[in-house]
Amino acid sequence: MTYGPNAGSLVRPPADHHEEAHTPVFVGERREQLDVILSRYPTKMAALLPALWMVQDARGWVSEGAMEEVAAVLDLTPAYVKGVTSFYTMYHQHPVGKHFIQVCTTTPCNVCGAEDVVQAFLDATGCGELGLTSPDGRFTVIEVECLGACGFATPVMINDEFIESVTPELARRIVTERD
Amino acid sequence: MLSTYFGDPEARTLAGWRARGGYEALEKALAMDPAEIQTLVKDSGLRGRGGAGFPTGIKWSFMKPDGKVHYLCCNADESEPGTFKDREIMRWTPHGLVEGVALGAHAIYAETAYIYIRGEFTEPIARVQAAVEEAYAAGILGANAMGTGRRLDVHVHRGAGAYICGEETALMNSLEGRRGNPRIKPPFPAVAGLFGKPTTINNVETLTTVPYIVKHGAAWYNAFGRADNPKSRGTKLFSVCGNIARPGNYEVELGFPFGEFLNELCGGALPGREIKAVIPGGSSVPILTREEANAAVMDYEGMVAAGTMLGSGGVIVFDDRQDMVKQIARLARFYAHESCAQCSQCREGTAWTTRILERIAAGDGHARDFDTLLSIGENMSGKTICVLSDSCATPVASGLKKFRHEFEAKLGPDRSRGVVPALPILGKTAAA
Repeated sequence: MTYGPNAGSLVRPPADHHEEAHTPVFVGERREQLDVILSRYPTKMAALLPALWMVQDARGWVSEGAMEEVAAVLDLTPAYVKGVTSFYTMYHQHPVGKHFIQVCTTTPCNVCGAEDVVQAFLDATGCGELGLTSPDGRFTVIEVECLGACGFATPVMINDEFIESVTPELARRIVTERD
Repeated sequence: MLSTYFGDPEARTLAGWRARGGYEALEKALAMDPAEIQTLVKDSGLRGRGGAGFPTGIKWSFMKPDGKVHYLCCNADESEPGTFKDREIMRWTPHGLVEGVALGAHAIYAETAYIYIRGEFTEPIARVQAAVEEAYAAGILGANAMGTGRRLDVHVHRGAGAYICGEETALMNSLEGRRGNPRIKPPFPAVAGLFGKPTTINNVETLTTVPYIVKHGAAWYNAFGRADNPKSRGTKLFSVCGNIARPGNYEVELGFPFGEFLNELCGGALPGREIKAVIPGGSSVPILTREEANAAVMDYEGMVAAGTMLGSGGVIVFDDRQDMVKQIARLARFYAHESCAQCSQCREGTAWTTRILERIAAGDGHARDFDTLLSIGENMSGKTICVLSDSCATPVASGLKKFRHEFEAKLGPDRSRGVVPALPILGKTAAA
């Protein structure tokens, strides 16, 4: 058994992972959108988290090439951008499954059976292990720390969708209903 | 008060909010001098609802008309396990929050306010963003806020997954585009906060409460609470979760008996079960036994008298099925995962506490582990930049004290050598 703080919450890169040449994200409409965001803050740096969200929304994850682009757009260094990106758990630093499933297993959900929900997702998706992407590339399942919906145990996030009161049965149904 | 419109979808729109008396308080406040609002809030007895319980009016009075740029930050990074009240406020009454934020900004001589919402709260973000856009379109916010000729901007800022960003100085760093590491105080935010400017940070519930005080007066708000405690006034939202018949959010007058709250309002234990332990104020506060909880009073001083804290009002209930060792280990894992790793006492302390507790929970513990845990806890308390480290040590120490028999029942065979947990370090595994 693995003891330790990160058991269950680390996403591992797919076996065939390689980074393709980066095509710019901040062009056209997205560039205009970024300018609107920039106007809300007195510094360019403050737009870093929003910019990283825009990258992830557009590409599904934040590649090193994207970090370089963000750095250039906001007058930062790529190393600085990587330092910030890696601090926050929601930015993916390599590709993840089409449906990225985060199951809350912190104490309040844990006492309501969250671990059974995790197991149901692992079995139904074929991921087998936490943090691994299923062989068909459709699913990744991780444990997440407190989603802030403790009274609706067990809350689950699938990409940006927030689902409350998930039971093992509902977990299996959710997986069958996804493409 | 705060929960009146929970479940009422019409209250979410500007028209619906106005029909319910919304934005009247903001209009009234914009005609008042900020110092007058600060005094009003001071007189109301409102204290910060995010966990620390600092008097809001006093916090605001640190902000003077000094000609500098000021900022208001609304802390909507609700991530304390057991707490989900701000989420309900943002989902059901987003205009209530926007009104409170705009009012708060005016009261501290600020033109700009940011609402920092945790990244996982996709629905609350969408609701609050929609409310902000409606408020701009109606001229409530913007260059000529409510026709006063004054500028008032409110922006929504999305976090990206970090509990520590709920700590006010970490929140400011995160908003500035940095890693969410807490800052050393002093300087305090009121002197040098966001972008180096004087800043006030308030919780969602606190800011949403202020319009009611402006509308109905300080005396009206101050009348809520138990007669013999002048220090805890008003109402408060409590989130209840875990092994309880009716989980959810409850708004009660401060000073409400905790036993009646748990057993009557929340319906007590699940059928055929018994409540064993209760964490009354979010995962960072000492654990209570059932007997202690039943005798406690729900206000700041009442919870201190019971040996714990009111905290954020997140009530976590454990019933007789639960293995307290496992659950306390899970709490420690939360803190270890969320430590920003800036201070070594916290980075190492939370991780070692977790490893030792998980080893005990797996049936491989030794009696000397208890002293080790307490000693680590002591070295984690009061020695770091922020209180995340203390927050990990607190439930462990109280759990070990109150549920020691459960820990003892889990001990493994004695060994002549010190017990070292199996750690995967750089691919190697230390021998157990």
